[in-house]
Parts: sequence; C-alpha cells; structure tokens
Amino acid sequence: MNYETIIGLEIHAELSTKTKAFCSCKNEFGGEVNTNCCPVCMGYPGALPVLNKKVVEYAVKAGLALNCQISLYSKTDRKNYFYPDLPKAYQISQYDKPLCKNGRIKIELDGQEKNIGITRIHIEEDAGKLIHGTESEDYSLVDFNRGGVPLIEIVSEPDIRSPLEARLYLEKLKGILEYLEISDCKMQEGSLRCDANISIRPVGQKEFGVKTEIKNMNSMKALQRALEYEEERHKKILSEGGTIAHETRRWDESKGITVSMRTKEQAHDYRYFPEPDLVPIILEEAWIEDIRKALPELPDDKKKRFVEEYGIPDYDASVLTLTKELSSFFEACAKGHKNPKAISNWVMGEVLRIIKEKELDLKDLKIKPEALRKLVDLVDDGILSSTGAKQVFEEMFKTGKDPETLVDQLGLRQISDEGAIVELVKKVLSENEKSVEDYKKGKTNALGYLVGQCMKASKGKGNPQIINKILRDMLE
Amino acid sequence: MKALDLYSLTLHEIRDKIRSGEICSKEVLDSVYNRIENLDDKIGAYLTLAKDKAYEAAESVDKRIAEGEKLGDLAGIPMAIKDNISTNGIRTTCASKMLENYVPPFDAHVCEKLKAAGAILIGKTNLDEFAMGSSTENSALKTTRNPWDLERVPGGSSGGSAAAVAADEAFFSLGSDTGGSIRQPASLCGVVGFKPTYGAVSRYGLVAYGSSFDQIGPFTKDVEDCAIVLNHLYGHDERDSTSLAVEHGDFTEALNKDIKGMKIGLPKEYFEEGIDPDVKKIVLDGVKILEGLGAHVEEISLPYSKYALPVYYIAASAEASSNLARFDGVRYGYRAKEYDSLEEMYINSRSEGFGDEVKLRIMLGTYTLSSGYYDAYYNKALKVRRLIKQEFEKAFEKYDIIISPTSPTTAFKIGERTDDQLAMYMSDICTVPVNIAGIPAISLPCGFSKGLPVGMQIMSKALGEASIIKAAHAFERNTDFSKKKPTL
Repeated sequence: MNYETIIGLEIHAELSTKTKAFCSCKNEFGGEVNTNCCPVCMGYPGALPVLNKKVVEYAVKAGLALNCQISLYSKTDRKNYFYPDLPKAYQISQYDKPLCKNGRIKIELDGQEKNIGITRIHIEEDAGKLIHGTESEDYSLVDFNRGGVPLIEIVSEPDIRSPLEARLYLEKLKGILEYLEISDCKMQEGSLRCDANISIRPVGQKEFGVKTEIKNMNSMKALQRALEYEEERHKKILSEGGTIAHETRRWDESKGITVSMRTKEQAHDYRYFPEPDLVPIILEEAWIEDIRKALPELPDDKKKRFVEEYGIPDYDASVLTLTKELSSFFEACAKGHKNPKAISNWVMGEVLRIIKEKELDLKDLKIKPEALRKLVDLVDDGILSSTGAKQVFEEMFKTGKDPETLVDQLGLRQISDEGAIVELVKKVLSENEKSVEDYKKGKTNALGYLVGQCMKASKGKGNPQIINKILRDMLE
Repeated sequence: MKALDLYSLTLHEIRDKIRSGEICSKEVLDSVYNRIENLDDKIGAYLTLAKDKAYEAAESVDKRIAEGEKLGDLAGIPMAIKDNISTNGIRTTCASKMLENYVPPFDAHVCEKLKAAGAILIGKTNLDEFAMGSSTENSALKTTRNPWDLERVPGGSSGGSAAAVAADEAFFSLGSDTGGSIRQPASLCGVVGFKPTYGAVSRYGLVAYGSSFDQIGPFTKDVEDCAIVLNHLYGHDERDSTSLAVEHGDFTEALNKDIKGMKIGLPKEYFEEGIDPDVKKIVLDGVKILEGLGAHVEEISLPYSKYALPVYYIAASAEASSNLARFDGVRYGYRAKEYDSLEEMYINSRSEGFGDEVKLRIMLGTYTLSSGYYDAYYNKALKVRRLIKQEFEKAFEKYDIIISPTSPTTAFKIGERTDDQLAMYMSDICTVPVNIAGIPAISLPCGFSKGLPVGMQIMSKALGEASIIKAAHAFERNTDFSKKKPTL
C-alpha cells in the first residue's frame, strides 16, 4: 500500500531579549550556575511576574514575518505540572488566546513553492536545567539561569508531507528568526528546539492516522533522520497489520532510533487557567504597524531582489538568502561588482564548502568580501586561471592574505601576452603536425589536445582563452 | 500617663507625642513589648518577635528626630505584620509547618513602604495556615484567642493581627483579605479593619492564596488611624502587574466630613437567614445613627450575592492549588525525611507539610481545573463572578455606600465549628462578595452582643475608599464603640 506522511512541527525559540520574560535577570547563555536568578524566576513565595514588553515585541515581529494575524487581545495562562526545574510548579504560557495565529511559511522543493501553515505563535517561559549526579551520587542539582528565559512556541499546521519538507520548513523558519535578530537559533545550545508530530495514512484517506510525537532532535539533520526513521517504523507496523501507539518518543542520535518515552494515557493534565498575576496583553494597531514598518528585509524579499538586482538564478538566490549572514556576505562581495554570477558561484561553492568542512561560522572566515571580489577580478582579467584561483583561495583561507600577492607568491600569474603565446603556439603546432592535420580533416577534438599541449608548454600558466583564440586563428 | 501605659493609645495619639518630643520611639517600643510579654501568653497573637531589629530601628528614628529631621506620621510607631507577608531576614511561616523555618530574602512592597515611613516592625502574627480559614484555628503553629473572651476565636484568617491590635499589643497591624480575612476578625475582635480596592495595594511579597482576590490592608484602633495607614499602603508598584496606576488622594481628608445627603443601600439579602438577630439589630441601629446624621437609607437587593460563596470556593481554591504548588520541598521549606523517588519526595513533603484545610482546598482547586470539569466549575465561576461584579457596579450608580453586617455572628467558641466546614465557611458570607467584585470595604465596631463586639461592613465602588472613610468616621465620632477595650 502507498502511504502519505503527515508531519507537524512545534518549535521553541529562545528570544534574545536582554532580560528574562518576567523579571529583570540577565538573559544569558552559559553564565556561572545560579547567578542570573532572583526571587521571581526562582518562584519564591510572594514574588510576582511582570511581563517584559520586549518579549511581546519580539513575538509580534515573528508573527508579522510569518504572515500571522496579531491578536489585539491575548492573555497568559498557567500550565501546571511538577518538576524540579520548574520552580513555581507552573509555566507561564498562553493557552486559548495566543499572541499570533494563522500564519504561513513558503518553502521550495524541486523548484516548486509550497506554503506550510502556522497555527499559532505564543509566548512562554523556559525552565531551569537539571544537572544529574553520577550514578554513585544520589542527587540532582538545578541551575535556574535559564528559568524564565522567554520563548516563543511556533506550531505548524499538519501541512508537511515528508521529512525533507520538515527540514526545509525548519531551515526557512530559522533563517527568518535570524533575519529578525530575535533569537540565536542555536540548536546545539538549545536556543532552537523542535518537536515533531508524525503520522501516515493510505493515499486517498481523509482521516489522519495515529500520530507519534518525537522529541530531542538537536540538529536539522537529526530532525530529518528521526522523521525518516519514524516514517519507516509506522509503515512497517501498519503493513504488518499492527497499530501505532499514540505516544511520545525520544530520538536517540547515537543509535539512530526513536524510543518510547510515555504513552498519551500517562500524559499530564496541565490544568491551564488564566494567570491571575498578569493582566491581558492589549495591543494597539499603531504599535503593531510601527513594528511592521521596522521589519528588516526577509528572505523571500531578499531573494527576489537578488535575482533582479544581481541577475543571478533563482536557485542561487534561494541558497544565498537562507541565512542572514550568508546573504550579507554575498551582498558585500557582489555590490557594484561586474560579475555577480561568478561571485555567487564562489560563495555557494568554495565558501560554503570550506565553512562546512572546517565547521566555521562565516564571521570567523579570514577571507573578507573585498578579497573575494579581487579574486574574481583576477580570474575575469585573465591574470589567474580558475584552477589557480582555487589554489589562491585555499591560501587566502589559511592566511587571509591579499589574492594578488598570493598569485605571485604562488607563481600562478597567467601568460596573457599575445606575442608570447603566438610563439608558444607556433612551437606546439610544429611539434604536432599530425594533430594539425587531424583538425583540418574535421576532427575537432584535436583542438582540445593542442590546447592541452600549449598549456603544458606554458607550464600551466598560459591563459587558456587566449591560447584557444590564437590556436584557432593560426589553424584557419 | 505612665510611659509603660503608652500601648493603650491610638496611632495618631502616639504620633503626636513622638512629634512633640514628649516621648521617644524607644519608650513606645518598651511599652508595647512589655505589654506583649505580660499578655501574649494568653492571647497568642504573635508567632515571631523581632526585638533586636525593632530596637535598632527605634534608635535610628529617635536619632533622626533628635537631629531635627521631620519624619512622617508613622515614624517610630510599632506595627505587627501578618505572617504571610514577606519580611526580609525575619521568618515568614504562613503558620504552616511547610514554611516554619523559611526566611525571605526580600521585603514585601508594603513592608518596604512602611519601614521607609519609619514604622517599626515588632513581630509577625498568627493566621490560619496560608490564610485559609475564618478562626485562625488552622494555624499549624499556635492558637490565638479573642481578647474579649479567651475561650473564643479571634476570627480569621488574620486573627493574630486583629487580636494584637484589640489587645493593645500593636498600634496597627497588617492583614490580608481574600474572602473576609481582615474584616471578619476585625469584627470579632472589635477593631477597625479595611480591605482595599483590588490592585490599590501591591501584593508583591504577600504569599499568594487566591491571587485575583488577595489584598493587604490594615487593622487599626479607629478610623482616623485607618486613613493614616491607608495613605502609606496605597500606590502603584511596578513589580505587581495587577497594581493600579492611579493617584490616591490623602484619605485623612475624608475625616470629619458631613455625611448629609449620602446615599446608603441596605441589601436585604445580607440581613436574611443565617444572620444572628442580635447582630442584625445592632447593625441596623448603627445605620439609624447614620440616617440621623442626614444620610438617605434605602433597602436594595443584590440577588447574585448568594452565589458569592460557591464562586469564591471554586475560583480561590483553583488559584490556590496552583499558587501552593511551588511548595515542593526542592528549594525552601519543609522536605520529608523519607522518600525513595522524586515523586515520593513531592508527595511526602506536601502530605506532611500542609494541614488539612490547605490540602482540602488544593484538592478542590485541582479538581475544578481538571480537564472535563473546567467549564462546569472554574469557567462557570468566572462567569458568575462577572455577574456579581456588574450587580455591584449597578448598585453603586445609585448609592455611595452599601452597608451590611461584617460577620453573621459574633466570635464563636474555639473548636465550635472545626468539625462543621459549612458553618465555618458561612462566617464569610457577607464579606466574600466584596472580594469577588474587587471593591473596598471596612469593618467598623458598631456595638456589642452579650459582651462581644459586632462589626458593620461599609462597602463602596472600586476606588471609592474616601466615601467609606467619611461614613465610618462620622459614625465613630458619634458613638464610642471603637473606644471600648476588652478587660485583660
């Protein structure tokens, strides 16, 4: 039987506000344990929360960027459950009146555009972190530095149809949040977290199948792998006549499998009710409009602009606008340059390759935009061959040196002097009479051989275009 | 007057003596502590005394006065604070085993304000555990007795604060009022108790019971003192989001005013079944006095008020079940000695740390918030709450104040109602609607029944405190019930 896969994602992004959601403690990753906390975020008796206005602003930014309706009236609710990392034994969240709803994100798959619906975005607070003792140590410790850090939860519609789409959706979303500069979006550090709901159904069936929820995927790749695993697991169970258990499962990255955490029967009753310590969040249209006007250029717009302004293909523009950092890097290189497509090729090719290989951040790259522009110029001006340019690029990466200096240091300057090349071609032609004859008989591939011989004679430094041109002229 | 008898004066009388330099703050403190030492074994108002800190503070006030500094009207005045209001460095127990040794690292907003005004904290007073109760019998730590009859309860939950003022063990005290916890004990102990408009006084530092009902307010010996203390309690606090950002005038300006033409509503439902006939008569006699001073009195009807008690027990318990969840033995407070798992640590700590009434309300609240029951209970309670609120708003379009008994009966015997939950809950039948509606109300001594004080409740619209003070002070000027003291 053919199955269709249905996926919905719940994404938590920590907002990078200066202070926490409900107190004035610093919102900082990696501080010394229990230094960024106070009676409010540690849930001391009598302490009260006060909503950080920036949290609302950031969440509204996200809502606008994701094409959501912004609620002029929303409220906070308490989500009640006991856990040592949750000092009040309830999380301040939003239940039935979220700040943003009914949005969408556009993804691209095989050149096709597809909209993924966003059900809602709401604000809530993060919990602290448990540090478990070793097995011989019979205790756990709690670090409350993260407690009360603001989060937005972004819930998608079940519009995603494959693990790859899920990944593209998350990548796109992450890009947008980064463009907005409202979250660090570091999956490894947990500032971006993703839970996935997945079910499958026979193609043509309208009702959804039983879903499972998967947690603990700490990278884009993990998300896709976990969903692929889970998709296969569902198919196997159903094709063997079994039934899917409605449960929450944890992705085990090292084993590459999902394991059951709890069934839905064991699920909490969170007893949501309106947070009486906070007042409703009432927004004014004008305030929202101000935020809308101040939104930065977003990936879709930037992509469109890149195609128009730099004349690069759609595909290039999509890749280059995926992250804000990359798009800025490209633009710094391409602005006012006569060959943006060549720049695009370099950025999408060598730059992305080397960053991935060396696991670097773009900002740590020693090659600055000005240097990359020069490198492209050197090739365009015939001073450097494209193979030579790759060598120069490697050196630039290592040393950060100027490409022009490196061309000479590495002895890669091409011979572009026509007189010198004419002499060289003459010599090659006289030494390869057979090929010349072959060419004249119509064997065009003889030309390639002759070019190769010329290159060899120039010790690789002859400008291939000029050699080609002179060869043709002389052969005619 | 002998220096040691200073304790029997009112706040404003003491203030004047300190201001004129006739006495110093230390002498006042000596007098009060002496009184407490002689008496509190019998009354049991205090859970904790803060003598060292109090004398330090008194010395500082005296020094500042000696240096010619002009201090406010609370400078050097000893006060008591209910033990569910956080005091920096002084244990705040909520009269619970759960917090018996809990010392807050910060002051409640009201403590900060009163300290800044020069008031001196002498100690923390007893209450029903976590402010849940109407007799202070639910305290896990102490029994407090009514100064008018030591066999009787002081009311609750702020019984310690009411008894302390009634027994001249403090010049004023703070309580908290969620369903009547200031007014009912004020009534039973024959002192003035005031529950402010919801949001008028910051709750920051008050250990929450029913967050949308809780308000801090004062117990005083008379209405003038009440106005003075309210001046210091009121005001916006950015740490409490429900704190109102409005300017409050000077409440003492409402003193000594003519009440001619004031419109008073008497809600018939508050004088019907369950109200002791003697109490009813005494309150109505009190209303006649106001009428005699030129007020217009009319009977009105507030039919939704009869739903106030169920609304209160559903909504306040729901909030309490969540508010009290933080007492889990992890960071502070009681932790069970025996447990084999995290879950067992929670269960044992909470089972051993909380008393029965607290557990009952946590269970009730947990139940009404549970999925499947939420709409039938909590949500419905919220809807009825809105109706009750609207009913009051409508009544206050026509009337300046509404008057009722504070408590249906005078102080009952210790142990008399401990087995009869419903009878205990009925103690709050007249006071709870005020919290539901978020409006202000005072309880004012208005007579005696068989030697026990009776209180009159005067309510007004939200932020209509001045009308209450005006009427209450007019009543007090023309009667002498507030001046009567128990024989101790």
